[in-house]
Amino acid sequence: MNRLVLIAFAAIAGPLAHAGEDPGKQLVQQGNAQGALACATCHGVDGAGNAAAGFPRLAGLDAGYIARQLQDFHAGTRVQPVMAPIAKALNPDEIQAVAAYYAAQPLAPAPALDRSSPLPQDPGAQLALRGDWSKGVPECTRCHGAGGAGVGSQFPRLAGQHASYIATQLKSWRDGSRHNDPGKLMETVAKNLDDAQIDAVSHYFAGLGQP
Amino acid sequence: MHHRYVLSALLGLSLGPAFAADAPGGAIADQSEPHKRVAPATERFEPPAEASISKDAFGQMVERGRQLFVNTQSLRGQYVGNGLNCANCHLDQGRQPHSAPLWGAWTAYPAFRKKTGEVSTFIERIQGCFMYSMNGKAPAADSEELKALSTYAYWLAKGAPTGIDLPGRLYPALPKPKGGFDIARGKAVYAEHCAVCHGASGEGQKQGEHYAFPPLWGRDSYNWGAGMHRVNTAAGFIQANMPLGQGGTLSEQQAWDVAAFVNSHERPQDPRFTVDIETTRQKFHANDGVNFYGQTLDGVLIGQGID
Repeated sequence: MNRLVLIAFAAIAGPLAHAGEDPGKQLVQQGNAQGALACATCHGVDGAGNAAAGFPRLAGLDAGYIARQLQDFHAGTRVQPVMAPIAKALNPDEIQAVAAYYAAQPLAPAPALDRSSPLPQDPGAQLALRGDWSKGVPECTRCHGAGGAGVGSQFPRLAGQHASYIATQLKSWRDGSRHNDPGKLMETVAKNLDDAQIDAVSHYFAGLGQP
Repeated sequence: MHHRYVLSALLGLSLGPAFAADAPGGAIADQSEPHKRVAPATERFEPPAEASISKDAFGQMVERGRQLFVNTQSLRGQYVGNGLNCANCHLDQGRQPHSAPLWGAWTAYPAFRKKTGEVSTFIERIQGCFMYSMNGKAPAADSEELKALSTYAYWLAKGAPTGIDLPGRLYPALPKPKGGFDIARGKAVYAEHCAVCHGASGEGQKQGEHYAFPPLWGRDSYNWGAGMHRVNTAAGFIQANMPLGQGGTLSEQQAWDVAAFVNSHERPQDPRFTVDIETTRQKFHANDGVNFYGQTLDGVLIGQGID
């Protein structure tokens, strides 16, 4: 009897039971009954995102950072029409589970590039490693860490992020449509960047930390 | 050549009153004393571009100095005893005005210093940085490290007039607010504006082994002999430069309050410590700006140091 029930359960809910070992993976692959789409639809099971569509790479981002972004989408303090309904359909536990799952997806380490590296020629690299202090802009690696590896849960990894996504976010901070950064740190910097700098630095970081 | 042009403009426009303000009789005021903020951004000295560092032996020494300046942790355990780099307090690798730029220091020495009671050379001044701000041991005057750091400073000061109090030298001196300052208010300023980078307890934040954001107190920060332990000095640095990218946004009151909060915490002992805290206070801290060394806050004697 017990065995029969177990077999029946396994037959019906096999995939769920398997995914149940990692609720984050289950959500990523299947979404939930509250209407959250499977994250993998846009971000991939491996968290690679999609450069052409501008969907960010989530693999290897800090779990606390991912969770806070989902909380902000949920609360409306970060506005994004596609993400808002999905985040609103996730409960706090599910947000933590998804964040932990993507944070654990492997990614190549970011190279140890910062101020101590020789002066690069490329303007994107110069902004990343030296900043533009005449406009009050510190080097990106000052806060995001050497190679843009990310520091803690407030300063996300940039290395290997899609250029399309980095550029979109910098422009969103610049025009005020994104404003969920602590102490307006990113907003202040972005408002001092021109289009050419945004383009150059976005491509620079996109090219770092690739396998 | 660009920096020469800027300097010429600067000399032509404003050399007299702006430069002479703090330099009675042509002598530069004590390097350890912050000076008035007098520099409009357009009139500041412009150090040479990093790209113009030559590839020859001289340029290689400049670059070595630059490397040590931004990655002073490469000397940890040898000459550096805490988690800091020179560039933590001298922003933009010693180029930024109002952040104690190296071009302002190079042209100001030799100078008499109250701190040492004698005329100090530029080399001796950097040795002081290693003893106090870096809580370490001074490299010898003829060491490769000091040769490199002083060559870097000399190169940054290319074209700067010597012995003149350049605008943007040191940190701005912020007069003490009329109503004084308040550590409790400073705690709130810290939580709102500083903790995101420097940590809730001033512990900084690491990326791997090294600090991505420097610790502001505790074992790995500057010691009780460093200039930054003065509330007035820290207030000037903070108001002009912090948070990063947002210099000048905190009010002078906020800067004083948060500087007091930061500098009311324990840090490594003053290496000049002698006999006891009170003796050390009388000898080295009683007439050194505004500081908490040897004072009692909330029933706790400050200045006990951290091993």
